[in-house]
Amino acid sequence: MSFDWYPLWNSLRIAAISCVLVFFTGIFFAYYAAKLPRAVKGVLDVILTLPMVLPPTVCGYFLLLVFGVKRPIGAFLLQHGIKFVMTWYGGVLAAAVVAFPLMYRTARGAFESFDKTLAYSGQTLGLSNAYIFWRIRMPACRQGILAGTVLAFARALGEYGATSMLIGYTPGRTATISTTVYQLWRTNDERGAMFWVLINLAISTVVLLSVNMLEARQKKAVKA
Amino acid sequence: MSLRVDIRKSLGSFTLDVDFTAGQGITSLLGASGCGKSMTLKCIAGIEKPDEGRIELDGRVLFDSAQGVNLPPQQRRVGYLFQNYALFPNMTVRQNILCGLNREKDRSARERRLRDMLRRMQLEGLEERKPAQLSGGQQQRAALARILVSDPQILLLDEPFSALDGHLRDSLKVEMRDLLQRFGREVLMVTHDRGEAYNMSREIAVMDAGRILTLKPTKELFADPGSVQAAILTGCKNIAAARRVDEHTVEVPDWGVRLETKQQVNEGLCAVGLRAHYFNPNAVQNRFPVRYVEEMEEPFETILQFRYAAQREDSPPVWWRLPKEKKSAVFPAELGIAPANILLLYE
Repeated sequence: MSFDWYPLWNSLRIAAISCVLVFFTGIFFAYYAAKLPRAVKGVLDVILTLPMVLPPTVCGYFLLLVFGVKRPIGAFLLQHGIKFVMTWYGGVLAAAVVAFPLMYRTARGAFESFDKTLAYSGQTLGLSNAYIFWRIRMPACRQGILAGTVLAFARALGEYGATSMLIGYTPGRTATISTTVYQLWRTNDERGAMFWVLINLAISTVVLLSVNMLEARQKKAVKA
Repeated sequence: MSLRVDIRKSLGSFTLDVDFTAGQGITSLLGASGCGKSMTLKCIAGIEKPDEGRIELDGRVLFDSAQGVNLPPQQRRVGYLFQNYALFPNMTVRQNILCGLNREKDRSARERRLRDMLRRMQLEGLEERKPAQLSGGQQQRAALARILVSDPQILLLDEPFSALDGHLRDSLKVEMRDLLQRFGREVLMVTHDRGEAYNMSREIAVMDAGRILTLKPTKELFADPGSVQAAILTGCKNIAAARRVDEHTVEVPDWGVRLETKQQVNEGLCAVGLRAHYFNPNAVQNRFPVRYVEEMEEPFETILQFRYAAQREDSPPVWWRLPKEKKSAVFPAELGIAPANILLLYE
């Protein structure tokens, strides 16, 4: 029997797709939240950040409340052939919800430290707002946004709580690295668990090293 | 060719309420920091929106709350030089200047105008540098090049020299003034530095707490500031409350003197100002006994502080500023000041 690499592939797939989703939604909310009136911004900020501080199982619980097949929205989606419970793309949803605040907050921090006069001078020179966003604001906030993306990816890769609530553990279908580690440990396969722990350690180390390198480069850029 | 501004905007602790017309040449908005000068520029550029009013540039309406007109900054053709120059840090000098040419669709014309501007602003050879690799003066020239190449109808300068070192500032002032005269359109400059305003501008508007107190040709303003705030901002060191006695006499209770004035004293006089340079031990008019208090030395001048014999004890001493070589060994017993040098200040 060949070794089952499915959890690695599934975890990377879930992390990558949710990371792309979170990249765009995080930047979108970070950019528009900054423009909202103070009171609205405060409330929105709390809601958008909650998944970061809630236990992931609580997030999973809420996801089941919404997308469970017997709930109105979940039942409606099921009629159209979309099912988030016990499917690998349900894992994308769970990982995205939990990783979103990391991207949102890091991007917001980067946008807040952006020198507004750059955008203003672009406007007075006649540059379109889209050009200013993509060619001036994003490059200036590049380091922060990259760091947020990497953090979101790492968080999505390591997601366990919400994932196990929503998609459970089915070998070859919904198994991810983190749920596999738990499953193998539970069934006394200590060597198997250790193998996946090492894989996870390796990925996380690479991710964190790249975050540190980005931060060092950012500090250097600020000094210059 | 003129800029007409009549706007109001609530700024929390005070309300910006400005109404002025700036003609050709350089007009300065002179005021302490936080008085609303920069906000006025931002409203003209369309970066901030006034609560109400109207802004008109060469007959074009940029903003009119009654008509619901509020052109976006992109359509105003207003050049804005920011205090920190706001060069795009991720772009080279060349790319920065090309941003100012985004309206020019013809490729060869764009390249020609770029080369032309690089030559005019002495930026040749620096095209591929990033802003961080330029000196302060070069950054200022690059930022101006980027604005001028976009062919604005008016130029707004926000404290254009504050980011520069002292010696560089003086040489750039001359350079900038010549450049702006060649630009040949309206220039509105914001500054808190009276020297800068005097050097650069044809006329000066004095601002305080969101309002324009006076708008006068530069030399007239310094000769007759008209109000206490304007006198302070033009550097008058000695200001005291005063009362009109008759058409050419005022009484200054704090100093215990009556001063003869050349200008006619009108009703509503509240204070007088005596510039520290104008005291003279040999003047016969407005001559009063004085008592030496303290001396403060500057590189080329000396400030001698004194009190009038009948001066109230709780009032600050009077400043007399004179070139070092004119300072005598003994402090004079009496000092006078010409009636033409008494500044009459009204509410």
